[in-house]
Amino acid sequence: MTKNIKSITNPKLRLEILTPAEVQRIHEATLWIIENVGVRFPSEKALDIWEAHGASVDREKQVVRARPELIEGALKHCPPTYTLAARDPSQDLPLDGNYVFLGTDGCGVEIIDIHTGIRRSTVLQDVADIARVADGTEEVAFHWVPVSAQDMPAATRGLHEIRAIWENTTKHVQTESIYNEREARAAVEMAALIAGGTAALRDRPLLSLMQCSASPLGHDGGSVEAALVAAEYGIPTGFMTMAANLTTGPATLAGNLAVGNAEVIAATALLQLAFPGAPVFYAAAQTASDLRTGAYTGGGPEDFLYGAATNVLADFYNIPLSMGSFATGAKEPNWQAGLENSLSTFMASVVMSDMLLGCGFLHGSRIWSFAEMMMDCEIFSIVHKMMQGIVVDDESLALETIAEVGPGGNFLKQKHTRQHMREVFLSDFMDRRTYNEWESKKDDARDWALTKACKRLAEHQPDPLDPQIRAELERILNLADSQSPAEG
Amino acid sequence: MNDELFQKMAQSILDGDSDLSAALAQQAIDAGVDPLEAINQGFVKGINTVGDSFSCGTAFLPELVMAGEAMKTAVAVLEPEMKRLGSQRQMFGKVVLATVQGDIHEIGKSLVGTILAASGFEVYDLGVDVATSRIIEKVKEVDADIVGLSALLTTTMVKQKEVIDELDKLGMRAKVKVMVGGAPVTREWVQRIEADGYSEDAIGAVAVAKQLMGAA
Repeated sequence: MTKNIKSITNPKLRLEILTPAEVQRIHEATLWIIENVGVRFPSEKALDIWEAHGASVDREKQVVRARPELIEGALKHCPPTYTLAARDPSQDLPLDGNYVFLGTDGCGVEIIDIHTGIRRSTVLQDVADIARVADGTEEVAFHWVPVSAQDMPAATRGLHEIRAIWENTTKHVQTESIYNEREARAAVEMAALIAGGTAALRDRPLLSLMQCSASPLGHDGGSVEAALVAAEYGIPTGFMTMAANLTTGPATLAGNLAVGNAEVIAATALLQLAFPGAPVFYAAAQTASDLRTGAYTGGGPEDFLYGAATNVLADFYNIPLSMGSFATGAKEPNWQAGLENSLSTFMASVVMSDMLLGCGFLHGSRIWSFAEMMMDCEIFSIVHKMMQGIVVDDESLALETIAEVGPGGNFLKQKHTRQHMREVFLSDFMDRRTYNEWESKKDDARDWALTKACKRLAEHQPDPLDPQIRAELERILNLADSQSPAEG
Repeated sequence: MNDELFQKMAQSILDGDSDLSAALAQQAIDAGVDPLEAINQGFVKGINTVGDSFSCGTAFLPELVMAGEAMKTAVAVLEPEMKRLGSQRQMFGKVVLATVQGDIHEIGKSLVGTILAASGFEVYDLGVDVATSRIIEKVKEVDADIVGLSALLTTTMVKQKEVIDELDKLGMRAKVKVMVGGAPVTREWVQRIEADGYSEDAIGAVAVAKQLMGAA
């Protein structure tokens, strides 16, 4: 359907991970938390909005407590479906519950250099290169800021990053690395410029925003204020909880879901109180902390369960979901990476999470690897294939052909085979060679994935931005650079 | 005679029971037990046992943290008595901890604080979003040996460098060791800003701190 984008749609597989009664209990627990424990919003602007709508606000602790009616009433304004617009309208992404779209993950600080194979700090050129490869990769439907442009000034880094992506892709851009009002306003200005004005941008949001919560039960003030700017301009905005068992959430899965839900739901309600009807999405990448170190794990059975459970919650509130899958904790593309990324992606996909974040990282979203990106894309393709399930009809039962071949023949020269053989999954990276062939080369998926990425980086030419828009973007960035607070 | 009390003290730490460890500390004071002896013969034994189990892989981080908290509570009860007697615990060093300005991410830093305190460091935790000037002030005030700086964002990580530069400017750099941490912090970054130590997790931070104090 969509140009150069592969998405999961019309699924045949189903999974019931939580019963409606269980979802209701988590919802009630969430409301209890928001009413009795509260959620921290360290932003005067946010606290003013809460207060104006009758929530109880502790100014000193910056904690908001709100009655269930206030939260539930606000959430009723969330639009259930909308479209993430792309620079090329044939690449628009409808978030209507019938698609799963994959994005690039973010926001890492190191990269395995595609040419030297050496790990190093990330720079702006990496953002551009990754965007270009992703633009030419059909599994990737939209972009996150994949890595941090650490050679750019900290105060305007988020703006340089989205410009670099827009210059290298026609697909939708979602940024998770703008977390203050000043940068958010400049980002809106940039998006409006490309869209053809703020009204056009509202109609076709070329940009969306993702903000992380500060678990447990808190938000970053700058993030909330950036989200309010986005909501004001009709830019889709989501809050992502990463509440993790043992550290930023309880050890138990249900309790951790409730904590994360309270964070997301409270912030989502705030946006609706301020700008009713603003497009919002639910985002989550919950996990369990490691029992020994307390570290973010980026995978494991708890992760996989959250991957499926969160979409049930987002569906309950009738808003789209952006779900953290992939993001293995493995240090290099290996058994662990394959296992974690496959299971997390399957579980998030089988329940039809609208957006999946995302491909390309090692070491818990810290180190970008082009090889990992390509292998993640194949995992997505495998899940894509699985989600089509098993079709049972006259054509697929193939009785005539079975009768034709009879006992003991083979199906290779049958017309039916020729008609349907391309439905069988063809892997780019699985090693299905003979043992001798493998032994003579000893190469594997990692080598082939890297080769594929190198070729794409060298050859893929994205549709460039209009020169006049480029010049205007340059002007906005120069102004932002000159006006930004001095570097620390 | 005190052996039974000391054993109970150690057990209260093993169980991570702050209420009990505080009560036992008070009991020691009431019975005229030397507070330093209570710490070293009682509570520290417990923390060492938890530490050993942790190293063997049979105890986990929450147990370590709870033991640390129980230890902290007990020591707080004993402190006025130590002061009165003019006795002092032998510590590895003084550590000022903070999450840098513009950053509100707390958990990693707090975890490092708890584990350092449990391991015999005197810890001053300034919290989150702490301005460089306030960190420097505290370092001066308590005559800190180590300052530990946490950051989760690449945009706030630069503040770690700011603190180092400021210490340098004030001529304090030679005296104060700087440890940095946080998800985006890498070995390369540590070298670039010329920090003295870094660890990717809280347990590792203790080893680094001890090394910086010449105690490991």
